[in-house]
Amino acid sequence: MRSGFRQRLLSPQGIVTVVALCVLLLAVVFAPIVWGPAAALTAVADRGQGPSGAHPFGTDDLGRDVLARVLVATRLSVLLALGSTTIAIVGGTTLGVVATVLPRPVRRMVTALIDILLSFPWLLLTLFFSVIWGASASGAMLAVGFADVPTVARLTYTLASSVTGRDYVRAARIVGVGHAGVIVRHVLPNILPPLLVNTAAHASAALLSFAGLSFLGLGVQAPEFDWGRLLREGVARIYVNPMVALGPGIAIVLTGLILNSIGSLTGETASSALPPPRARARRRPGAPERAGSAAVVEAADLRVSFPGPDGGLVERVRGVSLTIAPGETVGIVGASGSGKSVTAMAIAGLLPGEAHVGAETLRFQDIDMTSPPTSAERGRLGLELAVIFQDPLTSLNPSLTIERQLTEVSEVHDGVPRKEARRRARDVLESVGITEPERRARQYPHELSGGMRQRAMLGMGLMGRPRLIIADEPTTALDVTVQRQVLRVLHEARRRTGSAILFISHDIALVSGFCDRVLVMKDGEIVEELAASGLAQAAHPYTRALVACVPHMTTDRSRPLPVIGDGDVAEEARA
Amino acid sequence: MSTLQYTDLTVRYGHGAGARLAVQGVDLTVASGGVHGLVGESGSGKSTLAAAAVGLVRPVAGTIRLDGVDIAGSSATARTARRRVQLIFQDPFSALDPRMPVGASIAEAMRARGRRPTRAEKTRRVGELLRRVHLDPARAGDLPAAFSGGQRQRVTIARALAAEPDVIIADEITSALDVSVQGVVLNLLRELRAELDLTILFISHNLAVVRYVCDTVSVMRHGRIVESGDTDGVLSMPRDPYTRELVAAVPVMGERFDQRFDQRFDQRFDWGEESQ
Repeated sequence: MRSGFRQRLLSPQGIVTVVALCVLLLAVVFAPIVWGPAAALTAVADRGQGPSGAHPFGTDDLGRDVLARVLVATRLSVLLALGSTTIAIVGGTTLGVVATVLPRPVRRMVTALIDILLSFPWLLLTLFFSVIWGASASGAMLAVGFADVPTVARLTYTLASSVTGRDYVRAARIVGVGHAGVIVRHVLPNILPPLLVNTAAHASAALLSFAGLSFLGLGVQAPEFDWGRLLREGVARIYVNPMVALGPGIAIVLTGLILNSIGSLTGETASSALPPPRARARRRPGAPERAGSAAVVEAADLRVSFPGPDGGLVERVRGVSLTIAPGETVGIVGASGSGKSVTAMAIAGLLPGEAHVGAETLRFQDIDMTSPPTSAERGRLGLELAVIFQDPLTSLNPSLTIERQLTEVSEVHDGVPRKEARRRARDVLESVGITEPERRARQYPHELSGGMRQRAMLGMGLMGRPRLIIADEPTTALDVTVQRQVLRVLHEARRRTGSAILFISHDIALVSGFCDRVLVMKDGEIVEELAASGLAQAAHPYTRALVACVPHMTTDRSRPLPVIGDGDVAEEARA
Repeated sequence: MSTLQYTDLTVRYGHGAGARLAVQGVDLTVASGGVHGLVGESGSGKSTLAAAAVGLVRPVAGTIRLDGVDIAGSSATARTARRRVQLIFQDPFSALDPRMPVGASIAEAMRARGRRPTRAEKTRRVGELLRRVHLDPARAGDLPAAFSGGQRQRVTIARALAAEPDVIIADEITSALDVSVQGVVLNLLRELRAELDLTILFISHNLAVVRYVCDTVSVMRHGRIVESGDTDGVLSMPRDPYTRELVAAVPVMGERFDQRFDQRFDQRFDWGEESQ
């Protein structure tokens, strides 16, 4: 994170921001000393002049130089904005963070109060406070600052609550770290980045608020002046000499830009420069175009790379070749980071945009997956290819009913009328073992248990005419008993539709019992391909190690488990 | 050497109509120096038992005692006493503060026994603990992001050890890890148990892992313990139907899935049974 900040600092935007910030700081410190006298010097003879060499922005009603006044006003304007930002941030953060550790009834009251205050328009609050503290510079600073406290408090409360629920905060509690310790050591460091971005945004908003208040005559009072006051004085003559009003306006805009720019530099969201993505696979020239073959999936020399942290490309799949025959169940096993999921997603054409995919051949049925699919092909993919992911809660749409998600497949890709699709959805839900399909169909994903969601996900695939079901760790998040129900449904679906299955798992025992053929992957390559029944007699040392390192119901308990030497290295690729 | 004893423990989540009993009248004893396994499906109350022992949830009835001393209450004595029980979390990615160097996380746990070690003592002890879990002490200054999942889990074990616990509760510590790394963590736990005479409550839904690690085992379902006893006995001759179902569901290397369904499972299979 730290090196990322340095990198951003040295980018063109970073350099411009730093230089502009220095200029701004110089103006804040020295402008009143250098141009102070000029800004106060009245010259009745020169009053109301337009821009000239002596007075680039012209002069005001009393003949004072407007440019000098704009520069001198920098100090007061910036300091007032920063002052009110400090009040808002310190007040809001304290309230928001402390609220997270209060006992529940008190916390409810505090958050309710924050919510009530938030429902008042900001301007109303500001004007209300202005009336309390009077129309003066410090009064306006307090007003703007306090009016922003609820917004900041709400934000920090939300951020802090997400941190206090984490396991590391629980761990700290368990060893006896108190509330204050948790806040200082864990909560604040973890909410700081978004808070910094927000502070910068608040500072520029506060700058604008001051301009507004002073413009209305509520903020800074004569003879003092800030940019808002200069605007107020200048706007009356905007048709005679536009620069009198535009000058302070420009100053406000530039300062606001600088503040926002600082915010985006401190934020962690800035994206690094990546090579232009080409999401679709490229077929290498010269590769022979095979005529439509019988295989459901055919891949030859498949390579997938992702942009690495240093800007280069990291190859995650290195020359994988595989074919899946109709109705066959093929398993891929391997440690995380071995490229098993990436291979499957490449076959399904579901890799994210930044992936670079290359292959001699990559086809599903007779659809060439190395070129973007035509709309007819997309329709066929929607019907003939089903994918089940590890976590059905994130792969089902939480805001649509199960029925809606099922019927969508038939309606969009198959042109089946709504009523017919509904009937079919009920049948499919029943076929994946969901009891009371009428009732379940109208429920939302969160109302179903994990195993049911996974079966509903499979149901989505069965609404079409699947030729291939890709199941990517479909049971890893489930209990063993539920795991069995899901696998049984998958097995049943294959028997009924004749679809092939590509089954990805790190549980080698599970794969051995479920699949016909197993591919063992390591570091993006297939190291061994064998019949599932022959796993126990595997030839490759890695496959043997993979089989040996998993405890089973007859493992010798008196001896330590065999360990794969570079297990951590393989895992590191993911971390 | 310490005994952790749950007596008639009941834990409720929520209030009024939405209240749900997560644990109902559980009696469980983790014998001194032993490793006791706790198995059951998600939502069966396993993790709630763990959370209750370290004070993260308050039981509505029953007691939890460590060597006879109550650790479930809100008194100062109970609070201090329960720091001798340390919890290792399931997900090593959220169990470490992403902005705190791992050495500082470990040092933080040294407070548990009320010590205020000097900087030099801290460094020495953190180095010692990292070596103990087979990590390079020079990496104490690194942030968690620099470690893989298995390594992070070893850091969290070192953190638990820093609190000088008598009892360690391992809550699904390998289920978020890759199978190839799981063995490393399990071996480490065995090793530590032998060296440090720890009493361990080992929570897992993986029966094979529980069988490998534990001396005794309890099976939980719907907040109650349905079967308890010697690991070999319970797993080889389960008496409770649910335990039998669990044992039958463990995938066995080389055994065809479809055959198993047809032979042993078909009649008992109940689609809608799975609870929410």
